[in-house]
Amino acid sequence: MTQTELTAAADHGVGMTARRDAWWLQPLLIFIGLTTFGVYAIWAAWQGNNYLYVGHGAYYLSPFYSPDLQAIFGFQPPFSFAFLVLWIPLGFRASCYYYRKAYYRSYMLDPPACAVGEPKNRCYQGERKFPFILQNLHRYFFYLALLLLVSLWYDAIRALFFRGPNGGLQLGLGVGTLVLFFNVITLTAFSFGCNSCRHLIGGQLNCFSCSCTTRTRYKLWRGVSVLNLKHMEWAWVSLFAVGFADLYIRLCAMGIWHDVRLW
Amino acid sequence: MSSRVFKVWRGDKSGGRFVDYQVQAEEGMVVLDAIHQIQRTQAPDLACRWNCKAAKCGSCGAEVNGKPRLMCKTRLDALPPGEVVSVRPMRSFPLIRDLVTDVSWNFQVNQKIPPFTPRPDATWIMQQEDVDRVQEFRKCIECFLCQNVCHVVREHDLKQHFFGPRFFVRIASLQMHPMDGLDRMALLKDQAGLGLCNVTKCCTEVCPEEIHITDNAIIPMKERVVDRYYDPLAWLWRKIRNAR
Ligand code: SF4
Ligand code: SF4
Ligand code: FES
Ligand code: FES
Repeated sequence: MTQTELTAAADHGVGMTARRDAWWLQPLLIFIGLTTFGVYAIWAAWQGNNYLYVGHGAYYLSPFYSPDLQAIFGFQPPFSFAFLVLWIPLGFRASCYYYRKAYYRSYMLDPPACAVGEPKNRCYQGERKFPFILQNLHRYFFYLALLLLVSLWYDAIRALFFRGPNGGLQLGLGVGTLVLFFNVITLTAFSFGCNSCRHLIGGQLNCFSCSCTTRTRYKLWRGVSVLNLKHMEWAWVSLFAVGFADLYIRLCAMGIWHDVRLW
Repeated sequence: MSSRVFKVWRGDKSGGRFVDYQVQAEEGMVVLDAIHQIQRTQAPDLACRWNCKAAKCGSCGAEVNGKPRLMCKTRLDALPPGEVVSVRPMRSFPLIRDLVTDVSWNFQVNQKIPPFTPRPDATWIMQQEDVDRVQEFRKCIECFLCQNVCHVVREHDLKQHFFGPRFFVRIASLQMHPMDGLDRMALLKDQAGLGLCNVTKCCTEVCPEEIHITDNAIIPMKERVVDRYYDPLAWLWRKIRNAR
C-alpha cells in the first residue's frame, strides 16, 4: 500500500480536474468552429459584393444577403446592407439554448467541461442578470427567424429557374440550386427543433388529450421533439451549410468556381 | 485475472490523501466490487455507502477518474485499460469519511417544494401521453450526481440560492402533471434560482438514469418562467383572455 500526496481539492482552479480523458478537445473544437464561422460571416457581410451569381441564367443569392433589401427597396445604405438582416440569425443563434451551452463552455469556461475547474467568479449570476437575462427573449428571435426562412425558401425555389436566351425563365437545376436547398432545409430543421418552438407548440400544455386542439398540438409537439433531440447536430450542419452557400456563390460570382448545370 | 491499481481517497473533514491499493480484477467487475475487495482484503475501515449494487438505490455515487458516476454501474473494462483508477468522494458535499459525503442539503431543498396538490376538478383519469413526461422524471433514483457536478454548486457554491437540477426535475414533474393544481413558477424563478442555471448540460451528461434533465425539465421550465415573467406578448395574451 502506498500513499500519494494528492488532495481531494486538487481540481480547484481553472482547467484543474481529476479527469483523464481529453475533456478539452470538445470546447477547443467548438471555439475554433464558432470563431472561424464568426470571422468569415463578418468578413462576407462586410464585402457588400459578390453575393449574387447570375451567370448562365442562374439566380443564386447568398443567404447572408437574403432578403435582397437593396433590390426590393432600391436604396443603398452607406454600409453593406447584409448588416440590416444579419442581426436576426446572429441573435437567434446567440440566444439558442444549444449555442449558449457551447459558448458558455468554450469562450467563458463557465465551466469548460463537466467536473473541470473554472475561473474564479465571485459574482456569478448565470442568466439572472443583465446581459444574460436577455436570453429570455430567444422566442422573439425565433419569430423573426421564421420570416427569414420564408425569404430563404423563396431564394432556393428561385434558384430552380434559369433565364433562357430569349429572356424567359425555365426550370433547371445547378449545383448552386442544391447548395441553396441544402442550406434552407437544414436551417428549417434547426429552426423547428428550437426549444422555444417546442414550448410554444405544445410544451406549455399539461394536458395533451383534453381537446381536439391540444391533441393536434401534441402531434406537432412530438414532431418538433424529434428535431429537438438532434438540435445540436442541426445547429452545426446548418451553420456549415449557410457559410458554404455564401462561399459557393461568392466564388462563382468572382469567377473562381464555375457552377455546373445538372439539368 | 489481472491486477489493477486503485487510488482511493482516504480521509475526513480535517484532511486526507489518496492511498494506492492493488485489486485483482475479474471479468464483469464494477468499481464497487473493487472497493469491497479492498475492504475485505486490505482496508476494513474504508468507508463507502451502498445498498443495491443494481444502480437503483442511488447511494454509491463517487468520482471515478474524475467523473461523477455510480460505482456499481461503472465496469472496470469500460475504464482505460492498464491505467490507475482513482476513486474519490463527490466533491460538492461535505465529507464525512473516505467515500461518504453528507448529502442532507438535498433533502432540505426537497422539503421546500410544495408536494403534489390535486386540482379541485381533478378527474383522476389520465391518458398515457399526458404522463409520459412525468414518468421520465420519476426514473430519478436521487443519486445526486447531477447536484454534485452542477457548476453552480460545485464551483460557485451557491447552495443557498439554488435548488439544483434534481429538484428542477422534481418541480417539472409536478408542474407538468395533468392533475396538479399548484403554481410553482414564483418558487422556480426566485427561491429555486432557475436563472442561475446556464444550460451547460453537465447534469444530463452524468445522470445514470439518462433523464434528459436539461432538454425535458430545465428548458421547458425556463420557457414557462419566460411566459410568466419576461414575455410581453404572453402577458398581453393573458390579459385579453382574462378580460373575456
Ligand atoms: S445545465 Fe444547469 S442545472 Fe444542469 S449542470 Fe448545468 S448549470 Fe447545473
Ligand atoms: S436526475 Fe439523474 S443524476 Fe440527478 S439525482 Fe436523479 S438520477 Fe441522479
Ligand atoms: S434555436 Fe436553439 S433553442 Fe431555439
Ligand atoms: S449501490 Fe445502489 S445505486 Fe449503486
